[in-house]
Amino acid sequence: MNANKKTAEKPLDNFLSLYGDSLKRLALNDSGFVFDPMNGHSFTVNPSGLELLKLMQKQKDVELIKHQILRDFDVSTEMLERDVVEFSEQLKRYLK
Amino acid sequence: MLVREVNQLSIAVTGMNARADNPGPGMAVARCLREMANFQGKIIGLGYDVLDPGLFQTELTDAGYLLPYPSAGEQELLARLQYIQEKEGIDILIPCLDAEILSMIHLQDEIAALGIKMLLPTKDQLQLRNKDRLHEFVNEIGVKTPEQTVVTNSRFFNDCTKKGWSYPLVVKGQFYDAGIAYNPEQAIALFHKIAAVWGMPILVQKLIEGDEVNLTGLGDGKGNLLGTVMMRKRAITDKGKAWAGITVHDGGLLKEAEKLVQALKWRGPLEVEMMRDNQGDYYLIEINPRFPAWIYLAKANGSNLPRALLEMLQQQPLSELETPKVGTLFIRYAQDVIVSLADFEAMTMTGERAKQD
Repeated sequence: MNANKKTAEKPLDNFLSLYGDSLKRLALNDSGFVFDPMNGHSFTVNPSGLELLKLMQKQKDVELIKHQILRDFDVSTEMLERDVVEFSEQLKRYLK
Repeated sequence: MLVREVNQLSIAVTGMNARADNPGPGMAVARCLREMANFQGKIIGLGYDVLDPGLFQTELTDAGYLLPYPSAGEQELLARLQYIQEKEGIDILIPCLDAEILSMIHLQDEIAALGIKMLLPTKDQLQLRNKDRLHEFVNEIGVKTPEQTVVTNSRFFNDCTKKGWSYPLVVKGQFYDAGIAYNPEQAIALFHKIAAVWGMPILVQKLIEGDEVNLTGLGDGKGNLLGTVMMRKRAITDKGKAWAGITVHDGGLLKEAEKLVQALKWRGPLEVEMMRDNQGDYYLIEINPRFPAWIYLAKANGSNLPRALLEMLQQQPLSELETPKVGTLFIRYAQDVIVSLADFEAMTMTGERAKQD
């Protein structure tokens, strides 16, 4: 139970540990167009999504990633937490 | 002996059919050849139906001829090829349809005696990739296939769930055609529909959930796979054929395809179709013994595999086959070919549209 609770509390840590390598292969364009060269999927992201993807490609330190997003975008911590969960769930569909 | 340059050869290409929902590869192969640097040769389109557009598409083919259907027998096919050879002086024949490959293998000595070269797998290689034998063969070399069983009676579908065959299931013909059944009624309908056209037995497979990925290349007959191009379908027709696709680099797919070509010592063009499931495991669906209808995507990426086939047959050094750029998209479209009444009449009455000077 503790393990499940830990996973639920830290969705981004969990996401990065599972999909960190897959994220690194994504080709990111400043326009927000994202292409996965391994499976041929493409999708678009907004500026904050693009920044989050760039940060996730570079590092796995979740706190540092959140800190940088909070610094660069007008978003509350609560909203960021919620958006990150939703965003990582959407990403999973494309990274299969 | 003087060997002619590949850009001066007369090349016959079959599979000139191009119905929008399921085009043959012939017109795409012809396009790859036509766009070779300084091409001064001749392309002869061969088809089986008077409405095959490639027979009349003058930008791609210099002449068009009908061939007898495989059911007419191999001697009919040989006689027709002999007639065409006398008129056109063919150097190389590229068969592009699954159903004709076995006849071409049977006739290859006679066809070679006519002065026509082909790059074909052996009969053993071809038969090992038959759907009913594929399962056994590839599992021996460590390539997975969807679990499969042979069905000869539609009653199987009424109680198959008790034997571990839960829906949805893939119902396939032994040569062609397949569909997904979500319940016994759909499975039985598919069973009868496919059996009526393609005969028995019917193959039933467990459905693999995931992405279909495809690879084309040329086997050199020694176990090497040359000029690979990988593609993932981005849009499909009602028949499941690619309507749009994009080049990818899928290391897992490449590894599995190399394993197959190494084990088979495959000679000639091929297309490998695999499913990658949600856990990242690969399952072989099919090996097609020919170029795919999307072969122009390879040429457009610097890997002109039909040209490489000519070079192999002419025993010339292979031109560079570039590593394809990932992310190149093709989008297919249908185009009208305009045919004069005279050409249509000639094709109907004599089965040919000869070159016009």
